[in-house]
Amino acid sequence: MRNVKVAGVGLIKVTEYWDRSIQSLFAEASLKAIKDAGVENIDKVYVSNMSAALMQEQLNLAAVMTDTLGKPGLPGTRIEAGSASGGIAFHEAVQSVASGYSDAVLVTGVEKMSDILPEVVTTSLTMTEEQEYTSYTGVTKAGVAAMIHRLYMSLYASPEDICMMAVKSHEHAVGCKHAQYPFKMSIERAMSSPMEADPIHMMECSGIGDGAAAIVLVPSDGDGVEVAGTAVSTDYTNIALRPDPLEMNAIKTASENAYRMANVKVSDIDLAEVHDDFTINGIFGIEGLGLAKTGEGTKLVTNGDTDKDGKLPINTFGGLKARGNPIGATGIYQLSEIALQLQGKAGDHQVNNAEVGVALNSGGMASVCAVNVLRRLR
Amino acid sequence: MISLRTGRLVGIIGYGAYVPMYRLQASEINRVWGGFGAPVEEKSVVALDEDAVTISVEAAKQAVKRAKINPVEIGAVYVGTESKPYAVKPSGTIVAEAIGATPNVSTADYEFACKAGTEAMQTCIALVGSGMCRYAMAIGADTAQGKPNDALEFTAACGGAAYIFGERSADTIAFIEASHSFVTDTPDFWRRAKEMYPRHGNRFTGEPAYFKHIDGAGKALLKETGYKPEDFKWAVFHQPNAKFPINAARMLGFSMDQIKPGLLSPKIGNTYAGSTLVGLAATLDVAQPGDRIFAVSYGSGSGSDAFILTVQDAIMDKRGGPKLSSFIEHKKYVDYATYLRHRGQIVQ
Repeated sequence: MRNVKVAGVGLIKVTEYWDRSIQSLFAEASLKAIKDAGVENIDKVYVSNMSAALMQEQLNLAAVMTDTLGKPGLPGTRIEAGSASGGIAFHEAVQSVASGYSDAVLVTGVEKMSDILPEVVTTSLTMTEEQEYTSYTGVTKAGVAAMIHRLYMSLYASPEDICMMAVKSHEHAVGCKHAQYPFKMSIERAMSSPMEADPIHMMECSGIGDGAAAIVLVPSDGDGVEVAGTAVSTDYTNIALRPDPLEMNAIKTASENAYRMANVKVSDIDLAEVHDDFTINGIFGIEGLGLAKTGEGTKLVTNGDTDKDGKLPINTFGGLKARGNPIGATGIYQLSEIALQLQGKAGDHQVNNAEVGVALNSGGMASVCAVNVLRRLR
Repeated sequence: MISLRTGRLVGIIGYGAYVPMYRLQASEINRVWGGFGAPVEEKSVVALDEDAVTISVEAAKQAVKRAKINPVEIGAVYVGTESKPYAVKPSGTIVAEAIGATPNVSTADYEFACKAGTEAMQTCIALVGSGMCRYAMAIGADTAQGKPNDALEFTAACGGAAYIFGERSADTIAFIEASHSFVTDTPDFWRRAKEMYPRHGNRFTGEPAYFKHIDGAGKALLKETGYKPEDFKWAVFHQPNAKFPINAARMLGFSMDQIKPGLLSPKIGNTYAGSTLVGLAATLDVAQPGDRIFAVSYGSGSGSDAFILTVQDAIMDKRGGPKLSSFIEHKKYVDYATYLRHRGQIVQ
């Protein structure tokens, strides 16, 4: 296998693009990444997207997007894995370059969620749970998260401790040009916001937004930011079937495999992006990646370790909560942000001396997870 | 030249406004539905025997009385509403008959969601401006429909206002300097034939709809006339809730002080085709001669009409009778069940 590096990234602001199409968002991010990479030609395209079938009534995205790029004939594949689509598309793109099959791969995540009503978005998110055993009950994704949030609260942490995950993400988003909500949010504001699904407050949930993020991968030349490890794992979709609903085994397995491939220990990790679509999932990410023991994830957040200047900065551009969560694009935003940090191009968000960064992208209730480890070479 | 200026200057010779006395509080809706919204504090509700036509007649009668004209001289009566009691049969004929303007009169009903009233004003200004009519009356009135447990249920309210236009003279209370309409095909809110309640595109009704069109009409008129926000004493913007008109004012550079007298939505809700017209009426109730007023409506579908008016001396003698504030303050709260009965949403 060949080593693979990140040659370029392209991000657009997460917001509501009322007057633009999903193709237009895809094209802008993709062309930015291609320009940033400085490559002449792309020989394969991965499109990460969850819900265009429902939100734009559009299938066959690979052909639609190669057409949009003005490159009919280019090999293309659309990847859907719920909210983990981006991380898994990246995982596949890495393999394409590593195997020698491709020399320059574009992997672009895109989601346009403002074309439909919020209740349809809720439906689409709930479709990542199993219809036969979970979704049919009428529970929403927030409802499932609320159950394990409540269980976690009863064993390990106060509501305020968990909520701090959202407060810290907002602190990190201040000044971020591609963030949907680049402003601070107080713990009081979050805790006084209406209940989305008791005990989860509205301001503990990521919002609805449109966005696109793109990365160009090429064979490594020993310089820049390399993909050190990449792994995907799955778990029972129905949390009731899991031996312990608070153990996110897909995160654990994927991270262990990615760390092994990267030949890194948890103590080598300098920064991380976790999948905080709900505050509790941010905490599960921290614990699942091995950055804290089970039940101790909130301590890292509340004691300042995950701050930009802390021991282990997490979600340095705002995470899903504040940068935004355009589902199919989210995993690529995370990896782009890690790459910018390791390239030293993170501007006001730059953390010092980071060499190894990890991104966790999670679908369903962590029933499918991608963990990707990036490393700065020089 | 993009702005509408008339061949001869046109002014308002009389105005009237009416808001029904019943109120439904946001807290009462939340009690029933277990929600937490409060886009306005409370909204006006019709009595059992009121509809968009009776509201129009109340406002029209007051306008005629204040105008001190013979109603047979009114050459046009146009009613802007999306709450027509009849799907086919003009509301305007009933109003024209009730005020004694028939039979030598043109009438029609206007529909353009919340800007049907200002659209009727544009037509009346043109009719008088061209010399086709000595006087022309434009009305905006609604008994707006909000589906139970929809966001619109908090705001869909009842009320209206009437304006009689005539050639500018010492008898007109304010004259129109210029106006401008700004329209695109933007389907943010609609009600199909035979449907009882409108549907809407949620957040799509904001930035690409309400704000885009208010901004488009407002800025174009300011640019055309060369006025700046500080050249106006007062401003009125369409009021779908309490927040939007405040943000629209800020967006165009107007202050809270300028919109304060006309900002009625927190207390009466969104009177739809009546909204900008009742806001303007409340502003005229307190205005002084020489005051310049900026008014911009918004109707879903979508479009905005922007107006610049200058208040004249005659206003001091021609705003007798009950002010709009007396209708707003004279209120009786109803519970949710009574509200449904008054709105015909539960029937025997």
